[in-house]
Amino acid sequence: MDERPISRVLIWLASASFLFLLAPVLIVIPLSFSGDVFMSFPPSSWSLRWYASIGQHPKMIDAFFFSLQLAGAVTAVNLVIAVPAAYALVRLAPPGAATLMSVLTAPLLLPTIVLALAMLIVAARAGLLATPQGLFLAHLVVTLPYALRIISTALATVPVAVEEAAATLGATPLTVFRRVTLPLIIPGLVAAGALSFLVSFDEVVLSLFMSGPRLSTLPVEMYHHVESRADPLVAAISVLLVLFTLLIVIVVDRSLGLARTFVR
Amino acid sequence: MSAAATAQGPDQSRRGTTFAATTLLVPILLINAIGFMLPVANLAVISVSEIRSSGAMTGGWSIAKWTTVATDPFYWELLANTVRTSLIVTILTLIVSYPIALCLHRMSGAWKSILLVLVISPLLLSSVVRTYGWIAILSDRGLVNSALAALGAQEPLRLMFNQNGVIIGLTEILMPYMILALLAGFGRLDPRVEEAAATLGAPPYRVFWRVVLPLSLPGVALGSLLTFVLAISSFITPKLLGGGRVFLLATEVYDQAIVTLDWPLAATLSIIVLVVFGLALAVYTRILRQIG
Repeated sequence: MDERPISRVLIWLASASFLFLLAPVLIVIPLSFSGDVFMSFPPSSWSLRWYASIGQHPKMIDAFFFSLQLAGAVTAVNLVIAVPAAYALVRLAPPGAATLMSVLTAPLLLPTIVLALAMLIVAARAGLLATPQGLFLAHLVVTLPYALRIISTALATVPVAVEEAAATLGATPLTVFRRVTLPLIIPGLVAAGALSFLVSFDEVVLSLFMSGPRLSTLPVEMYHHVESRADPLVAAISVLLVLFTLLIVIVVDRSLGLARTFVR
Repeated sequence: MSAAATAQGPDQSRRGTTFAATTLLVPILLINAIGFMLPVANLAVISVSEIRSSGAMTGGWSIAKWTTVATDPFYWELLANTVRTSLIVTILTLIVSYPIALCLHRMSGAWKSILLVLVISPLLLSSVVRTYGWIAILSDRGLVNSALAALGAQEPLRLMFNQNGVIIGLTEILMPYMILALLAGFGRLDPRVEEAAATLGAPPYRVFWRVVLPLSLPGVALGSLLTFVLAISSFITPKLLGGGRVFLLATEVYDQAIVTLDWPLAATLSIIVLVVFGLALAVYTRILRQIG
């Protein structure tokens, strides 16, 4: 489409910026193979000791499995709630649908620190601090807007004519949804699910406010570790997390195209 | 639905649709109300609640926290420092993100997709991981100082546990948002306009200055707003790279809420974050009206 060659100056500038953007992720990989007791770069020796030492941190492992369960539960409930809501807003278009949409996506706009404090105070009163229920509700609040937005976009691209054709042929609204609409928005559901999962799994601000010594998520445990000690343990965990994230990204990219999910 | 419309009056069907929509929306509205509306409204109440020195609420009202914040120079300095840091971060993020966005806009095909994925993927990675990466680069025994030492530097450069570290880390962390906003803004940029300017004899820098940059301003404004707002509310990176020596509104909200347990003060400070957020939004709307 664009035939003008990209100027060399621009390519150099962009490359330098790219290096800056990826530097912190790239440096973690060699650091995770450090043989040193403390963090220093470049490491003076190489080993797999920090990967092995993950096993000696039961709190990290517990936190990982809790984060996994939490993100899984959040994703599942998210889709169950967001699909009917998106359908109602896009297809049934009740009066004030646009306003409702902005109200329901408002949690994304609000500075996270404000939301986190607001939730902490209410959760403390309700006895939900450092409980799975409290963290579940908090994560649901911040992931629902993403799911709602992605599924609404997916629904809007399904031609109404296809649904009407099925309805004319005698299918009930539920059947039309199940047999026609739902299969057509599967890519959107995958994207919404994956994003909800990753947002929940990586969420640290809300979790930090809502968790306690008894119960915390993996990012919170990592935060506390980095805050108190400078060793390569977190690098080893990070590399595993990068691989894990990459796996999910590839799954989404295969089913929809990552770029299309975000740029729009 | 069309069958229902013919069987009943259109008015009745309309009411039926609204009823169905309401039913489907109940769960999400409930969660929004309980998990979002109620807690945020409660913040305003808490900020004017009276507490004992133990942190327990007395049930009475007090504007003590607001007067403290208004009269103690520490909090004015905190506000000024937060706004200053966020502005510096926004400008730096814009400068380093612009070339990437422009490059991506001009590319096409497989390379564009790959680079776009590279821009987005840091967003999917916990900010704890990325901040940790910056510690490995900026600390006294990190990449930069090891390189400087190898070149013969005697003293390590202080890049962490101060304002510099926070600014560098935040700039990188917020880049993906800026790049995506800029890319959306570049949609108005027609390569034929640039070509026309070049054909008429404008050197590349003038094409950029007179054509490309003005046309991309809406994207610049949106990206800057987004970056600024995220910068004023971020605290993981300032906490870890500032090492407790950099005081910002967001880190203070955390300390008051979790360490000191002074919820009214934390609530007051977080409302100030909201006010700054609202002002930024107002400035953005104003600027957008001028350039649009």
